[in-house]
Amino acid sequence: MTGFIAALTEAWSELRIHKTRILLALIGVALSVAALTTVVGLGNMAREAMVQGQEQQSGRPATLSVELYPEGGQLEQASVQTALEAVAERYAVAHSSLKLSTNVPFQFPDGVVPTETLVVDAAYGIMRRVDMVQGAWFAEQDQDRLAPAVIVNQAFYQRLGNPDLRTAPTVQIFQDRPVTAAIVGVQRNDWPEAMPRAMILAAHYDRTIAAEALSMPPAMELWVPEDIAEPLTQAISADLRAQFPTASVNVFRSDYAAFGDPFAPTQLVVGGIAGLVLLLGAVGLLNISMVTVRYRVREIGIRRSFGATSGRIFFGVMLESVVATFVAGVAGVMLAIAVVKSPWVQEQVAAGLSELPPFPLEAALIGLGAATAVGALAGLVPALVAVRVKVIDAIRY
Amino acid sequence: MISPQPNPADEPLVELNQVTRTVRLSDDQSLDILRGVDLSIRAGDHLSIVGRSGSGKSTLLNILGLLDLPSAGEMRFAGQPVASMSEKRRAVARGASVGFIFQQFNLLPGRTALENVMTPLLYARGRQFWRREQLAAEMLDRVGLADRMREKPHKLSGGEQQRVAIARALVRSPKLILADEPTGALDVETGQAVMALLDGVALESGAALVTITHDPTVAGLAHRHFRLQDGRLHVGVLAA
Ligand SMILES: Nc1ncnc2c1ncn2[C@@H]1O[C@H](COP(=O)(O)OP(=O)(O)OP(=O)(O)O)[C@@H](O)[C@H]1O
Ligand SMILES: [Mg+2]
Repeated sequence: MTGFIAALTEAWSELRIHKTRILLALIGVALSVAALTTVVGLGNMAREAMVQGQEQQSGRPATLSVELYPEGGQLEQASVQTALEAVAERYAVAHSSLKLSTNVPFQFPDGVVPTETLVVDAAYGIMRRVDMVQGAWFAEQDQDRLAPAVIVNQAFYQRLGNPDLRTAPTVQIFQDRPVTAAIVGVQRNDWPEAMPRAMILAAHYDRTIAAEALSMPPAMELWVPEDIAEPLTQAISADLRAQFPTASVNVFRSDYAAFGDPFAPTQLVVGGIAGLVLLLGAVGLLNISMVTVRYRVREIGIRRSFGATSGRIFFGVMLESVVATFVAGVAGVMLAIAVVKSPWVQEQVAAGLSELPPFPLEAALIGLGAATAVGALAGLVPALVAVRVKVIDAIRY
Repeated sequence: MISPQPNPADEPLVELNQVTRTVRLSDDQSLDILRGVDLSIRAGDHLSIVGRSGSGKSTLLNILGLLDLPSAGEMRFAGQPVASMSEKRRAVARGASVGFIFQQFNLLPGRTALENVMTPLLYARGRQFWRREQLAAEMLDRVGLADRMREKPHKLSGGEQQRVAIARALVRSPKLILADEPTGALDVETGQAVMALLDGVALESGAALVTITHDPTVAGLAHRHFRLQDGRLHVGVLAA
């Protein structure tokens, strides 16, 4: 233990002595570490952002879509819905949602507009990371309301005149028996010029909306663990075909990662470039430490004559390099955090994200690890040189 | 301290028996620097070794200080045959029991006098390591440099630098002090003052002192005198 502390003490004082010489090389290492950390950090954050977007668009891995289409004969909506709900239950799928696209005539201040409305179950909010700007996603107790609850998008909300959600605003559904729906939340527009859209719980839909509004047979989305997605697809397919022999049954993975992780190649390339940059930093450092060690042959001889073992000399030179690059690494990571967390960069990378992801710890650790590894690598060669110093020749005049 | 078995007071600190040092020259010849050297050094001994340039004085000193090994013959350090000591053990024994003083001082450039004197304590354990600053400061005080501790070598005179080197050699209280022409780079007066200091401190600590010198006055401080000639060590009288 004393040995290690002594070696560390010695390495630190050596660094102080040679600081000007080492500083330049270390700036190189710090910058490479900063570059690596920034790239990994930005990559992770951008990926996070893209994944969030993709999951909103197409579901989380693995999302199975179950669709039935009439083929020749007629499909009864109610029985399809019942069968789909039974499937989710039978295969114990934790997150499943009915998905039914329809048009509902909502009464806006400027008239009745048939509005694209998605009929879903409560789980849909989690499954699609529905991005709420006001209010909240459907809660359990929303199912028991008498008046149906709806979630509208920003366009819809605006057209209503931005009513304060705390005043429990409502909107009329215009039909034979008009229904008043309560607006419980506002969802972010999918794109800037989005049309008004709404979402309504399946339970309410069945009770309150005239059946003839239906245009398409209901479908279902199941969020399942990726490793059972494949067998489940087969099983559900077979199951539903048996129940609806005259229908065409489609069960397939519909999430963005259905054909493998689309971000992996990008990240690999970017990481590779960063690694290369770091390697250049390492070569620069190696160069400097070689010069330094040659200059110090005499010094090493003197130290050995005062009892430094060759192991200690090796470890000392190595440790100097590692301590130096670790410090450089800390500086580099801090620089990277400053860059990544700067408002301008955040805006570029995380545009449209509901919450800004924190600086990825993984990136910081990779940066520090890489710095230390570079130090060890750049220290190894001079350490071997230092050990081979012939003491007698080194101290002779 | 070094040997596992107790080291009685009468046992020599270093013992050379028919030690030979041969080096290979580039043209496939070999040169016998030392031939059949017999020498025994005990605690408190003060030895001087004289000899022409190239006679092998430094080679002998390096062997005594475990920096070099005999090519043939037997050598014991603190009772232990050096042939059986690993490189690491020799380094540890050197750190604990030997203090070197060089003609060119060999202070570490860029480091203060205090840091230089602390250097050997970096390779020590326990109290010596943890209290290195205090020990080094005390040692510098003893060589009369209490007020120059924060100075770097290039700001010190030759005599002062050699006093720093003496403090460094003595800071771990070695049993054996090896001085290779310690006054060689100093003027006569400064050299004598430095030598008197070294001799005094060595005497105080009871360590053995081996001094290589060209200067008869310096050699005169020693109790036993040797001359190296043609690779052989002769017990000598002072007159060169
Ligand atoms: N590794 C070596 N290879 C070849 N020759 C060597 C080697 N080491 C020493 N010698 C030679 O051995 C001889 C003795 O060297 P050494 O340094 O011991 O002499 P010295 O008595 O200390 O001389 P000086 O008074 O000049 O310091 C010299 O001729 C030197 O060139
Ligand atoms: Mg010599």
